[in-house]
Amino acid sequence: MTNHWIDIKNSDCILIMGSNAAENHPVSFKYVTEAQKKGAALISVDPRFTRTSSKADIYAPLRSGTDIAFLGGMIKYILDSGQFNKEYVAAYTNAPFLVNEGFGFKDGVFSGFQETPKGPALGKYDKKSWAFQMDEKGVPKMDRSLEDPHCVFQLLKKHFSRYDTDTVSQVTGTPKASLEEIYRTYAATGATGKAGTIMYAMGWTQHTHGTQNIRTMAIIQLLLGNMGVAGGGVNALRGESNVQGSTDHCLLWHIWPGYLATPSTKWPKLADYLQRRAKSNDPLSANWWQNEPKYMVSTLKSFFGDAATAENDFGYDWVPKVDAGTAYSWLDIFDAMYDGKIKGFFSWGQNPACSGSNAGKNREAMKNLDWMVNVNLFDNETGSFWKGPGMKPWEIQTEVFFLPAAVSVEKEGSITNSGRWMQWRYQGPKPLGNCRPDGDMILELGDRIKALYEKEGGVHPEPIIHLKWDYTTGGAYDPHKVAKEINGYFLRDVTVKGKTYKKGTLVPSFAFLQADGSTSSGNWLYCNSYTEKGNMAARRSQQDASNGIGIYPEFAWCWPVNRRIIYNRASVDLKGQPWDKDDWVIRWNGSKWEGDVPDGGWPPLESLTNPNPKSKYPFIMHVHGHGQIFGPGRSDGPFPEHYEPLECPVEKNLLNPRMVSPTAAVYSGKADMFATCDPRFPYVGTTYRVSEHWQTGLMTRYQPWLLELQPQVFVEMSEELAQLKGVSNGERVKVSSARGSLEATAIVTKRFKPFRIEGSVVHQVGLPWHFGWRWPASGTEKSANLLTPSAGDPNTRIPETKAFMVNVAKL
Amino acid sequence: MTKAFFIDTTVCTGCRGCQVACKQWHDLPAEETENRGSYQNPSDLSAMTYKLVRMREEEIDGKLRWLFFPDQCRHCLDAPCKGTAMYEEAIYQEPATGAILYTMATRELNAQEIIDSCPYNIPRKGPDGVLAKCDMCIDRVINGQLPACVKTCPTGAMNFGDREEMLQLADRRLGEARKKFPKASLLDPDEVSVIYLVAYDRSHYEVAARARTPEGLTRQAALRKMISPLTRSVAHIG
Repeated sequence: MTNHWIDIKNSDCILIMGSNAAENHPVSFKYVTEAQKKGAALISVDPRFTRTSSKADIYAPLRSGTDIAFLGGMIKYILDSGQFNKEYVAAYTNAPFLVNEGFGFKDGVFSGFQETPKGPALGKYDKKSWAFQMDEKGVPKMDRSLEDPHCVFQLLKKHFSRYDTDTVSQVTGTPKASLEEIYRTYAATGATGKAGTIMYAMGWTQHTHGTQNIRTMAIIQLLLGNMGVAGGGVNALRGESNVQGSTDHCLLWHIWPGYLATPSTKWPKLADYLQRRAKSNDPLSANWWQNEPKYMVSTLKSFFGDAATAENDFGYDWVPKVDAGTAYSWLDIFDAMYDGKIKGFFSWGQNPACSGSNAGKNREAMKNLDWMVNVNLFDNETGSFWKGPGMKPWEIQTEVFFLPAAVSVEKEGSITNSGRWMQWRYQGPKPLGNCRPDGDMILELGDRIKALYEKEGGVHPEPIIHLKWDYTTGGAYDPHKVAKEINGYFLRDVTVKGKTYKKGTLVPSFAFLQADGSTSSGNWLYCNSYTEKGNMAARRSQQDASNGIGIYPEFAWCWPVNRRIIYNRASVDLKGQPWDKDDWVIRWNGSKWEGDVPDGGWPPLESLTNPNPKSKYPFIMHVHGHGQIFGPGRSDGPFPEHYEPLECPVEKNLLNPRMVSPTAAVYSGKADMFATCDPRFPYVGTTYRVSEHWQTGLMTRYQPWLLELQPQVFVEMSEELAQLKGVSNGERVKVSSARGSLEATAIVTKRFKPFRIEGSVVHQVGLPWHFGWRWPASGTEKSANLLTPSAGDPNTRIPETKAFMVNVAKL
Repeated sequence: MTKAFFIDTTVCTGCRGCQVACKQWHDLPAEETENRGSYQNPSDLSAMTYKLVRMREEEIDGKLRWLFFPDQCRHCLDAPCKGTAMYEEAIYQEPATGAILYTMATRELNAQEIIDSCPYNIPRKGPDGVLAKCDMCIDRVINGQLPACVKTCPTGAMNFGDREEMLQLADRRLGEARKKFPKASLLDPDEVSVIYLVAYDRSHYEVAARARTPEGLTRQAALRKMISPLTRSVAHIG
């Protein structure tokens, strides 16, 4: 979230699309309800009428996988109606930037496209033609009047001119009147002082164009001046209490702690890594990532301690590099495992036999493992995969170890919520039996591996031998030591801005980190979270800030540097005065900023033609300091474009001649079956969650009160489809895709309606993915991910579990 | 001052936290259920389920509505079940809160008669013959805590407090709700301690309301009212 949970209450219009917050983030509705009571409009867009829709002022259906068409239509509406916030767009976004004249979009692809026959990516872009035109000083050329035909604003207008409501309605199946009502209602937040927010989740991310779904909304938010303001922002609702924290601390293969890039063979030496980022020649651009060398070196110092020296590149040579051009995502891991290339597997706090797209492939892949260590609260379908449906245990050689883990309330530590709030939690009951906190297990594992390498040597032992590994107190894992390590220490006496910080003291914030090895920090983004003033995440003050908008600055701690609403320097005009005088985030009092922690303390710009040279543009994380309406860094294009899901019910993409995203990752092994426009699988399928269960259900299926509420996997379908198939409400049916099938109880409901797509009727069904054969004991309630495809987004490789094709049949 | 609930169904999201919290506080077992083509489960109140979020999908004025109704004992000010039993050992009104409470002695009553007496179709008979229903979490309330269902509600649909305060809240919310839902109403605010705000006609929500005569009474209740003097004397003899 750029904003945070409580801030939803400040919104004037809440769009819930790509998420089902009432069901899957029930507590968020405390703030949604509060906003509604103050007059905010709630819009729910979902293929199916949900519990969220039940509370919405406006509900509209759309066919799964057509969000870019829907939102592209909104962009066109906003531009045509002139409801964008021109002052904001011209001053704070890259709309005025001039793009190279070679840039274009033709035949469904952007300039620079190349097919990649080897896969899994279908194609890739040479992004040279997407670059900005530079002046003689190396600063992007701009036309703040937004009239130059090569400026981003005009290119945007041209690109989305095809997204008229008639075409959009044909693609999405959303009635034209609903599109217009929603566009009108949401576009009204472009007025100065009004704020609209988006609450999205996996309904947007899990597509072969997932990143671009969010990009489309980000463009809308920039056009309407909704970034940085209270009640605005782009807000990802995370699916677990600590998804944000685990992402911040490098859950994903391509990211190191604090969103540093994973070292790659592209950058064999530290100097290559540290010099790779684009520089800005604009004195008004903070280009914050220019500080990356300080963060990277401090991270390496945290990894290797005294062994990391300037002479050995702080141990950069020791860390593994990804092969340039190769992805190591979830889909790639299981693809490699399926091909027998992975022999050992720690399945830690997860259940890929049920949670992974194309779960049947994952289960087959596990047969190729020599060993698996399953770390979880209870046994699950992954640890027991060898005795699952269709398996021949006598033929499977995989040795499975189970390590019982302590549950969250049995251990001390922090979680970081969707709003980036790091909250310290204390231990309640002691772990049961031999269950241990994950930290204990990892520390002991590290100790033993280190001892083995020290004794026996081996290939490339240095990173293990030199790993700094001192996080115990009295022989046990100490979460405070880890939290302090993450914050970081001064490693020798350091003088910054005239003040000397003693060796061994905690670094007050990332502004003090150094690139010369004199500081360490396990994650620069969390530097400021545990300082000499104490554990900031453990604070519990109920006192709000001076702006009274519910940011409670001394309740827990929030990255970066306790800034509760990021990009907040865009919430004010050039003079530093808030667009919204009531729900203001920050304001300039003539000598300093008041309210939230600003995105840098520089004074206001004052004017664009004669700016205060001490000021900076507000979007400090971007090279040129402007919000990116044009996003030349993405793998699949600088503007979003509608492509169909890999499996779709239509034979034609009405918006361009390409069917599937030309850079989508599509796997081609024996288990990667796809069927598009195939009469065997005529219905659109999607997966989702319900309030009553959690993830793959490991923590909820065994809970009798929750199983009482939702005892069985179900498939929701319209009355019309049920009639067509002769299915009665409550009847068990078979749902199948090109990859697998399962039984489910039919819920025949008015909440699903057939779509009218390109003149034909298209039916859609949906299933929750919380079940698995291990429990309930009947073994009949299986994972809906047996149906979903192994295809992914080109930027993130997140799998496309939200739009695929199925059939439904009576048993 | 007696207590009351105010249940604002216009902001209820049907998350069913209240339904589970009730089971948790009362340590009630789960029922073995199956999906009957609906999210609502169990299908009805029972001696193991004092609180049930009823769910209905209805097209009202051309628009689809998914209506959630967290159903429970209304703790009537003048409770027909209590009046029918006329046996304070079994059914009594706790004076400080106004809670209508059932004891083990309800097993001595004619269970069907008590069930039929309820205008809201709430009490249920357990296998041991004891009648069961919501007890207002009386053990929590007399210790200054909120009922479990209220404590767990994320949206403010479930409210609890002094009766006057709840009536004021109900009136205020009714006024606000009518801007969106012109037919919104409070259900029997002068007769019960559990006051619901509903957006549409009560028959969309309440099982009992759907079975009512035009005069607003169930057939059983009408019959019971007619013969109540007799019932009472019988109860005395019993």
